[in-house]
Amino acid sequence: MGRTLAEKVWDDHVVRRAEGEPDLLFIDLHLLHEVTSPQAFDGLRQAGRPVRRLDLTIATEDHNTPTLDIDKPIADPVSRAQLETLRKNCADFGVRLHPLGDVEQGVVHVVGPQLGLTQPGTTVVCGDSHTSTHGAFGALAFGIGTSQVEHVLATQTLPLARPKTMAITVEGELPDEVTAKDLILAIIARIGTGGGQGYILEYRGSAIEKLSMEARMTICNMSIEAGARAGMIAPDATTFDYLKGRDHAPEGEDWDAAVAYWKTLRSDDDAVFDAEVVIDATELAPFVTWGTNPGQGAPLSASVPDPASYEDASERHAAEKALEYMGLTAGQPLRDINVDTVFVGSCTNGRIEDLRNAASILDGRKVARGVRMLVVPGSVRVALQAVSEGLDKVFTEAGAEWRHAGCSMCLGMNPDQLAPGERSASTSNRNFEGRQGKGGRTHLVSPQVAAATAVLGHLASPADLSDARTPTGVR
Amino acid sequence: MEAFTTHTGRAVPLRRSNVDTDQIIPAHWLKKVTRDGFEDGLFEAWRKDGNFVLNRPERQGASVLVAGPDFGTGSSREHAVWALQNYGFKAVVSSRFADIFRGNSLKNGLLTVVLEQQVVDALWALTEADPTVEVTVDLEARQVRAGGITADFELDENARWRLLNGLDDISLTLQNEADIAAYEAARPVFKPRTIAA
Repeated sequence: MGRTLAEKVWDDHVVRRAEGEPDLLFIDLHLLHEVTSPQAFDGLRQAGRPVRRLDLTIATEDHNTPTLDIDKPIADPVSRAQLETLRKNCADFGVRLHPLGDVEQGVVHVVGPQLGLTQPGTTVVCGDSHTSTHGAFGALAFGIGTSQVEHVLATQTLPLARPKTMAITVEGELPDEVTAKDLILAIIARIGTGGGQGYILEYRGSAIEKLSMEARMTICNMSIEAGARAGMIAPDATTFDYLKGRDHAPEGEDWDAAVAYWKTLRSDDDAVFDAEVVIDATELAPFVTWGTNPGQGAPLSASVPDPASYEDASERHAAEKALEYMGLTAGQPLRDINVDTVFVGSCTNGRIEDLRNAASILDGRKVARGVRMLVVPGSVRVALQAVSEGLDKVFTEAGAEWRHAGCSMCLGMNPDQLAPGERSASTSNRNFEGRQGKGGRTHLVSPQVAAATAVLGHLASPADLSDARTPTGVR
Repeated sequence: MEAFTTHTGRAVPLRRSNVDTDQIIPAHWLKKVTRDGFEDGLFEAWRKDGNFVLNRPERQGASVLVAGPDFGTGSSREHAVWALQNYGFKAVVSSRFADIFRGNSLKNGLLTVVLEQQVVDALWALTEADPTVEVTVDLEARQVRAGGITADFELDENARWRLLNGLDDISLTLQNEADIAAYEAARPVFKPRTIAA
């Protein structure tokens, strides 16, 4: 019987398989950041263990880092101490680190791919649930806890039970205005926040094949919001073109050998998935969330749902709680929801294509009076690229704030936060209560919807912008 | 890791689904670099409400959390497990746990027990009607007992064995050093490296 993509990558990394035990899996790439690693390094110290494979380990600073005044000492002493702890740990153990101020610094899931470290058929882990991002390359990539971070540092392996596999087949052409973000939000609304639990998702079909690497990363990034262990997309010419020439991509004969292997990484025609979901791309529309988990979303043209319409008691209760927290009323059109803040950035939508998409809408327009818009590139490299294309000017001339790279308002561990009761349209991945600041209210959106919303001051798509504009043409 | 065999304690019924790890421990607590001292951050936002179940006098000292489906979704932060343990919880019951949270809890000796929602409903009704009722979570028998309720639960044999004995996963893995070394020796040369070996 044929095997799925996930099964092939899994099988290629089994170090040891024994009856009644989880498989012991080899890890090709371990990404570290300041938040989930300190206790793991402490564990190594206490046990007197070294990092087994420094050449498969890399660290950066992202969660705590400020996006303003990065040349000054970090104001929050606790954040500063956590970053200093990472620097000390990396120095003590010999781990490659890209700290704040370094040209390779950025959100860990943006940094790995742009360095060419994330490659098809690799296993990638990080103490961060959005590690699923790297599955866009046909890597088996998943978030782990701090105990597992320590395990990988010490052994370069993880004992794991093999998840089931689910095919998410998206056929047809995505309509204009519909982005990868809209697609993944629609998928999560369809299968639910627990729908992917215990599964590795494989996104496939003609709509997926047409997507750029950036868009594929947006999709795989949010697999975790459907509860999945990982999300994957089979590598193809788009993947190889993205990788070719990057710092850590193979060269010469190694490149040829790698591509020959990568081309085998597709689910066989006779492979059997444990579950399958089929999505018609042509029926999709710009999608936004109205609630407090990423599954509580609807097309922008819809209205806030009535909790009474849910048959399931726990879903009904969750919807009631969500509307209460979000300050929304059943039946209110989503387009009537006014926002205070717009955030463009994060490991979901902080890559160059995302910034280009947002800028293309903002070019020649102004952010609505009273709306604060933050644009936070996913990495220093993304920021430099954006500047070289003049995107920073488009943003600042529109009245948005152009910030330094980091996780920023996605989770508000740095000063970029919502005030209590403030409402945002955010290109990030989680609309949990208080995620972007205590009492903050988050609507998850695509970069295009974020930009249109910034201009109009209420949730909107680019099609709602009927105004005349005078693009600066800087690009 | 602390071994888990059986535990008996009073319960906290938490009638909420999709309790994400941002609710269990908000991000600003994650700046700490230790595994302890997270108890005051547990459910921080909800605890500001005096009527929140954890604040009720009759729930003080309770050690078994009975939660709605999809407990522990979202962020991989192990701090969520540490916060529950620091507060005094020994076991969490739900009809469905997020994968990463479940893995983290088992690594730390916090037992996550999966029971049918019907049984969770019954436990909620029982412990809400009588907050003094004790719930026993018996890992040896793989059974939860409380009042008139007896429910068996599943846990794979390997995970159960590690929990019952409080075994350290890293030491167990390092017993397979020869397998790891053999695998490393056979890895293709085109695989990426972060630094020259």
